[in-house]
Amino acid sequence: MRTVDLAAEPLRELNAALHRLNAETNERRWRVLNPRGAHAVAAGIDAPVRVEIEGHVGYYCAGMNKAATVVINGNAGPGVAENMMSGHVHVTGDVSQAAGASGCGGLLLVDGNAAARCGISMKGIDIVVKGRVGHMSAFMAQAGNLVVLGDAGEALGDSIYEAQLYVRGKPKSLGADCIEKPLREAHKTELRRLLDAAQLGGEIDVAEFKRYGSARNLYHFHIDNLGSY
Amino acid sequence: MCGIVGLFLKDKALEPHLGGLVAGMLATMCDRGPDSAGFAVYGDSQPDRVKLTLRGPSAAVLEELTAKLAMTAGTPIAPVTRDTHMTILVPIAREQAVRDAIAASASDVTVVGAGRRMEIFKEVGRPDTVASRFDLGRMSGTHAIGHTRMATESAVTTNGAHPFTTGTDQCLVHNGSLSNHNAVRRTLVHEGLTFETDNDSEVAAGYLTWRMREGLSLGDALQASLADLDGFYTFVVGTESGFGVLRDPIACKPAVMAETERWVAFGSEYRALVDLPGIAAAKVWEPEPAKVYFWERH
Repeated sequence: MRTVDLAAEPLRELNAALHRLNAETNERRWRVLNPRGAHAVAAGIDAPVRVEIEGHVGYYCAGMNKAATVVINGNAGPGVAENMMSGHVHVTGDVSQAAGASGCGGLLLVDGNAAARCGISMKGIDIVVKGRVGHMSAFMAQAGNLVVLGDAGEALGDSIYEAQLYVRGKPKSLGADCIEKPLREAHKTELRRLLDAAQLGGEIDVAEFKRYGSARNLYHFHIDNLGSY
Repeated sequence: MCGIVGLFLKDKALEPHLGGLVAGMLATMCDRGPDSAGFAVYGDSQPDRVKLTLRGPSAAVLEELTAKLAMTAGTPIAPVTRDTHMTILVPIAREQAVRDAIAASASDVTVVGAGRRMEIFKEVGRPDTVASRFDLGRMSGTHAIGHTRMATESAVTTNGAHPFTTGTDQCLVHNGSLSNHNAVRRTLVHEGLTFETDNDSEVAAGYLTWRMREGLSLGDALQASLADLDGFYTFVVGTESGFGVLRDPIACKPAVMAETERWVAFGSEYRALVDLPGIAAAKVWEPEPAKVYFWERH
């Protein structure tokens, strides 16, 4: 395992070293000490490695991640795992706004709470939050799954396209064109898969969740709305 | 963008280190606001005395005034000069006379802050430079707030630098922009408040001053501002005994808080907090939108 202490080594060198890795690398395990809230720690990795970060990070940690597993033992600032393509990002604390923003794939797991706009414009990423999510989460979400074990803030799923939202607690309100939908067997199976991927075991009853998605009323122009233009 | 910081000490043993800790926090926030900086420090008080912070074109101009102001005050005024600013202590009963004497001096000296305990310093320039010009690192006190400005809406001037004060021992730093500040300013002028600038943040400070003058606590005044102030904001507010934080309901502007047995701290980013003593074991969280947080000394 390679250990990088950011109190002693520049962040740019860490990220450059991570960017040089490829699928055949033998340097599979990395440990990062003293991140001290730095921005873009371990962003842009494209190799099947595991990076463990010991402490709180700033903006855009593990952004654009591809294939790597990044574990943050602490809190993450805005935009953690933004635009993730694949792989696994796990935050043991809380995350700030726009977690998993525009993510295309992979799994983002948050043990604590996520602030506003979690999963904004998500495009295929799976996000599992054990705590609650803030307002405007899954705003304009296009594809993927957002699973929330706690409550959701105001305007959940505002202007949503086709992502699936599963909330065990209560959303404070639903955003424009977001509605509750039936939780069918296929959804329960999918939810079980997501919870298993998040290593939440069998202790959670998937029937406790409600499913939310798009009413698809914003997809097309309605003549009744002509007066609004 | 801008950066804001705040530190409220619970442990008296840390009071001599307040300035040093806040100087470190401000220096980290240079990245978020390199244009100007300012800070308010709540230090010692003297019975029946009010502390005025004066700003002038130079230390020499300020020092020239001191003999005259001491005569007006009728007592020694314990001047402490720090670069372009000077603090003086005057009897509360003579405050207006001293202010009149300053206004009459035609020396381009203005009163930038008044309080039993509050001192305010602000200047254009990189925040770490500004902090060292005022020797912030060696100031002591119970709590302090600071701001690093990246100007977007109005000119880079000392008057446009934060903190803003409009009342005794009250000041505010702000990250964001208010959209209804002109209407609120008109209301407040009608209520008898005066404003030095066209800046939106000064209106927020004036609004809180007005609410507290009408009898609300800091916490209740912040609560009321949620209904009356429109726009994007994270506020950190100082009073003689307290420290408060409020984010608007949209909560675009970043905010991180941390608390231990010894202190409560605010930063635009966690980076600003990393050198505080015991940070590794601190409770660290993002303040909720539209929720008032405040701490008072008892």
